[in-house]
Amino acid sequence: MDTFIQVVYFVVAVLFILGLKKMSSPVTARGGIVWAGIGMVAASIVAFFEPGVFDHGTNVFLIILAIAVGSAIAYITAKRVQMTDMPQMIAIYNGMGGGAAAAIAGVELVRMAGGHAIGGTAQVLAVLGALIGAVSFSGSAIAFAKLQGLMNKTFRLPMHMIINLGLFVLTLIAGAIIAFGDDVSIQLVLVFFVMALVFGVLFTTPIGGADMPVVISLFNAFTGLAVAFEGFVLGNAAMIIAGTVVGSAGTLLTQLMAKAMNRPISNILFASFGADAGAGADEEIEGSMKEIQGTDAAIMMAYAEKVIIIPGYGMAVAQAQHKVAELTKLLESRGVTVKFAIHPVAGRMPGHMNVLLAEAGIEYDKIMDLEEINPEFPTADVALVIGANDVVNPVARTNPDSPIYGMPILDADMAKNCIVIKRGRGAGFSGIENHLFYADNTRMLYGDGQKAVGELVSGIKQLQ
Amino acid sequence: MMIEGFTALYIFMLSAFTGYEVISRVPVILHTPMMSGSNFIHGIVLVGATVVMGHAETTLEQVIGFFAVALAAGNAVGGYVATVRMLEMFKPTDKKGAA
Repeated sequence: MDTFIQVVYFVVAVLFILGLKKMSSPVTARGGIVWAGIGMVAASIVAFFEPGVFDHGTNVFLIILAIAVGSAIAYITAKRVQMTDMPQMIAIYNGMGGGAAAAIAGVELVRMAGGHAIGGTAQVLAVLGALIGAVSFSGSAIAFAKLQGLMNKTFRLPMHMIINLGLFVLTLIAGAIIAFGDDVSIQLVLVFFVMALVFGVLFTTPIGGADMPVVISLFNAFTGLAVAFEGFVLGNAAMIIAGTVVGSAGTLLTQLMAKAMNRPISNILFASFGADAGAGADEEIEGSMKEIQGTDAAIMMAYAEKVIIIPGYGMAVAQAQHKVAELTKLLESRGVTVKFAIHPVAGRMPGHMNVLLAEAGIEYDKIMDLEEINPEFPTADVALVIGANDVVNPVARTNPDSPIYGMPILDADMAKNCIVIKRGRGAGFSGIENHLFYADNTRMLYGDGQKAVGELVSGIKQLQ
Repeated sequence: MMIEGFTALYIFMLSAFTGYEVISRVPVILHTPMMSGSNFIHGIVLVGATVVMGHAETTLEQVIGFFAVALAAGNAVGGYVATVRMLEMFKPTDKKGAA
């Protein structure tokens, strides 16, 4: 039986890796998650046949009950949630995984306090997994609250960094005593967990909502690592492999996201953006913002040969993606080539914008990455910017003093004409003035994204 | 099965490279689904939670174990459904275009 269990775990690990691999291409991605899903079902069934699990009837009943409760809640929430709210759901499911890893460690540590020391590396990794898992759990909960709008403000204690650092050191000391001690009190284990959870909260609260995707990705990697460590404690190779793969993949993804925002990860995690953004904001800008009416903008687009649409976070907030899809269909029916330019950090997560556009029925072969689309801007008649700001700010190319200098941007200013749909006249989340808005070939269309695109749609319809 | 120290180290090392390689070729368009997918993969923690809960001896262990299993199941199921829903959108476009 034991060999059979190990064979299943081996196959599961292979399925996971192949599944992830398949998920890396749009054509095979849906097959990939199914493969991984089959692996998960097989692993969770086989887990019941691990030696000792079937010895206590009550425990087996409780396991099945817990699976039913956890699955039901997750299934219903995941089915109901709006596509725009997906990032925070990923955060919460990830937090659950972190919490589960921490709870596994909790049981091990409670057992230890009862006199069953594990000893050696396993004991150290159990404590590390507990720490990382607990931080991921409470941190993800805060990330969820922020993105869900339950907690809008960033929250800072006086001397936040110092308090947090102190708390972290204390948590590490408590962890070390537990990890290397022979005789551990259950009170200390409890204090350790409380400190780790509070640390996760304080770690996340000062970080602004716009940076949350990076943080969620980091917590995703954390959970993977915690799962891998607890896998070592339990001697479960499938957990070690799956956890480590996610740990490294999540770390890389976090780096990619931070890089696209042109900010070192340390800057996102340990400093607020507002602090260093002030410098470039005051400089003089030549020209003025020129307003345009929806009908005029519609005519401009209707008679264009090529339109590039640049959607940003504002489009997601205004839920304008369906209107944008309608606009696309309409323009295409008039023979206009329409393409979408997606900045790596558009929306709340890399790829989030693609998901929203795909949901609205826009074919993904029209959706271009930054590198693919930038050479095309000079040939575009109209670049339509919807709710994006910093990612089209040309100062990132031109002004070395600007805080966003060097950030890869979409060259909307290179298009023959640029129409910017924007709610108000304010600066972007970085607080930097956008020179694009003042350019000679830029026209501003003020209004809520959905309403403004609606005006464009009806404007074009009137021409037919 | 006990996994010896160095064997575990090799597993860690090779898995880390695997994860890095697999995701480094992902186009930006799939980053969010990929994140959700990898989030689902660490739902394997359910296996560990089941084993630990199965061996629970005291009420306290049962309570913590119950939470572990419920949370892990939530991670796995939520991660799966969220990923599938996102990837549904990358269905071949001809069907969707007709609608």
